[in-house]
Amino acid sequence: AASAPKPLPSSGPKSLREMPHPLATSSSEEMGLALTPSPDLLLPRSIADKDLSLPNGTPVDTSSPASSSSLLNRLQLDDDLDVETRDLFVTVDDPKKHVCTMETYITYRVTTKTTRAEFDLPEYSVRRRYQDFDWLRNKLEESQPTHLIPPLPEKFVVKGVVDRFSEEFVETRRKALDKFLKRITDHPVLSFNEHFNVFLTAKQGMALLSKMGESVKYVTGGYKLRSRPLEFAAIGDYLDTFSLKLGTIDRIAQRIIKEQLEYLVELREYGPVYSTWGGLEVELSEPLEGVSACIGNCCTALEELSEDMTEDFLPVLREYILYAESMKNVLKKRDQVQAEYEAKLEAVALKREDRPKVPTDVEKCQDRVECFNADLKADMERWQNNKRQDFRQLLMGMADKNIQYYEKVCFT
Amino acid sequence: MEDCLAKKMEITVSEAEKRTGRNAMNIQETYTAYLIETRAVESQSEGQCAPVESLWRRYSEFELLRNYLSVTYPHIVVPPLPEKRADFVWHKLSADNMDPDFVERRRIGLENFLLRVASHPVLCQDKIFYAFLTQEGGWKEMVNETGFQLKADSRLKALNATFRVKNPDKRFTELKHYSDELQSVISHLLRVRARVADRLYGVYKVHGNYGRVFSEWSAIEKEMGDGLQSAGHHMDVYAASIDDILEEEEHYADQLKEYLFYAEALRAVCRKHELMQYDLEMAAQDLTSKKQQCEELATGTVRTFSLKGMTSKLFGQETPEQREAKIKVLEEQIQEGEEQLKSKNLEGRDFVKSAWADIERFKEQKNHDLKEALISYAVMQISMCKKGIQVWTNAKECFSKM
Repeated sequence: AASAPKPLPSSGPKSLREMPHPLATSSSEEMGLALTPSPDLLLPRSIADKDLSLPNGTPVDTSSPASSSSLLNRLQLDDDLDVETRDLFVTVDDPKKHVCTMETYITYRVTTKTTRAEFDLPEYSVRRRYQDFDWLRNKLEESQPTHLIPPLPEKFVVKGVVDRFSEEFVETRRKALDKFLKRITDHPVLSFNEHFNVFLTAKQGMALLSKMGESVKYVTGGYKLRSRPLEFAAIGDYLDTFSLKLGTIDRIAQRIIKEQLEYLVELREYGPVYSTWGGLEVELSEPLEGVSACIGNCCTALEELSEDMTEDFLPVLREYILYAESMKNVLKKRDQVQAEYEAKLEAVALKREDRPKVPTDVEKCQDRVECFNADLKADMERWQNNKRQDFRQLLMGMADKNIQYYEKVCFT
Repeated sequence: MEDCLAKKMEITVSEAEKRTGRNAMNIQETYTAYLIETRAVESQSEGQCAPVESLWRRYSEFELLRNYLSVTYPHIVVPPLPEKRADFVWHKLSADNMDPDFVERRRIGLENFLLRVASHPVLCQDKIFYAFLTQEGGWKEMVNETGFQLKADSRLKALNATFRVKNPDKRFTELKHYSDELQSVISHLLRVRARVADRLYGVYKVHGNYGRVFSEWSAIEKEMGDGLQSAGHHMDVYAASIDDILEEEEHYADQLKEYLFYAEALRAVCRKHELMQYDLEMAAQDLTSKKQQCEELATGTVRTFSLKGMTSKLFGQETPEQREAKIKVLEEQIQEGEEQLKSKNLEGRDFVKSAWADIERFKEQKNHDLKEALISYAVMQISMCKKGIQVWTNAKECFSKM
């Protein structure tokens, strides 16, 4: 295990795969030990002839829809590579309710199509429930602590008002779970994780695994650091403000929806009065009926607008808030690693031993810190890009919906 | 069709001013005075403009004028005044009579009232009305001298009294019913519209919060910053646009209100007819009973039971001379009564004819005005939607540049 990294199929990613990690020491063995099994694919930095763009934050131009499924597309700077080099496709659909003696729950069908060699078959179709997704996420966090793991939709239903077996709730959750898996699929490192493989393929035993799964112990509290590199402090601050702003936007959107619904209630009463009046009149009855009908159309259009906002807009906002939360946790872990490293360094210095070289474990720590930092930065860049695209899409969608509403109202 | 005053004279209520003065009870009060400007329309060939004459009037004087007209022309559907107090308000509109927006809308309403009267074929010829427009001093006295106040009081009483007419005119009954229904439906409409306006206001204003948040958010972003910032600006524009939109809608509400009050005037005409009919019936009844009394006295037979008859039976018969005297009195009364009945009948027929003519005129006017009002309301709504489309398209563009 120390020697060879996991074998990869012969398609596209291989070319990037062969490039060494930018911060790696000369020994690939050490690299294999200190790091996760597969190196970070954001390698272009060290390659002189490749165009460097992502780490600097310059947006990669893409015309494809901003879903995370085109993530790989954006990463690859080589113009020859395109979507067809993707070799793993995962979908979540077909929710079903199961009633057992002990409990009732919903399962979703997870379908996988792939040409990767790690998978014994080209196609899989399994049933998974939420706690299985939860298990997967925990495992990924444990095994890939230097990477940002996409968030899951909330585990528990808040406010107790929502029915967790209602069609809307199930559908919203399904979409979020689908997105979760797609993000993992598109991640150059996470998609090769063995737990992910198990999740996608195991026919039996999944329930057992997930039931017995340990929850990841999040790092709480801060760590004493000599100096947190400025950039990470900045990221932390950014994330704090970001979550705050998103939270505010969420509240505003909810308030708008509420006001719109109240407006709708009044409109619903308004229309019929014109109709009543029309009944009184002779000459005026036609125009009055006309107004009544138009108002009716407005009501319908408004209803649709509110529904769309609730179903499409709000969940994405919430997702990003969760994302920011989990990112903050990763930052904390990074702090932890750096703290350990500094502690060890201090210990060595205190011992004042005359050693020809710094002990390997301290070196390892140093590596860990640096790799952690690099991974994090790389992931952040990617995340920023995705986020930008996602929000762009989101807000454009919102604008579109409003435009559609007005157009509908206009042309009645 | 005679030329109405409106064609010969330009009339405007051009200004409104706050004044303080002492009222009838010698108490200091604040009120608003309105400037009425008139100018005779000269024939175009002269090429000269006549001078503008003007005078100030306050709302109570308008009320006096209208009362006078309603009493003097009971068969006419007299144009209504704009509301005395702000009604059907939604939360942002003030209910204060001194509020500048309210005063402005009232100014327009008063001008409208004067124009309506001036273009009415009958009302425009009234001297008191003319004096209202042209003679500042002594107008009130002039009105009171017509003695209309007496008629006004009895009319007020009659309008509110309850009585039953034995042979009601079906057309008038239907019309009265219609005016009741119209009043009820328009009030309902205005109430709901006010609530709708309130809610719509809320929706637009909350969007303004987006502007603020986007601005704050853009501060921490790099590439997304500019797009967010400018989109936020458009959200602010959106939120601000509702003020103008709703102000325009108030104008529509005012048009509806006019017809709400017109319905009241229509009802008054129907009521007047009822009154006349009742009066007629009572007079006819009285005549019949008097004739009967006469006959009884003459023939000595008591057909109907009457207390008088009983007492005279109990306390002795009358002398023939007494009876003769009574009969004579009655005969006189009967003659009087018959004449009165004749004239009342005539009056009634005239009333019905002229009232119905004016009602037809009113119906046409109403249909025309309301149709126009509805059309302009629809146009308003469309323009509001187009504005909405514009704003969101702009916002979308900003987002796409993120």
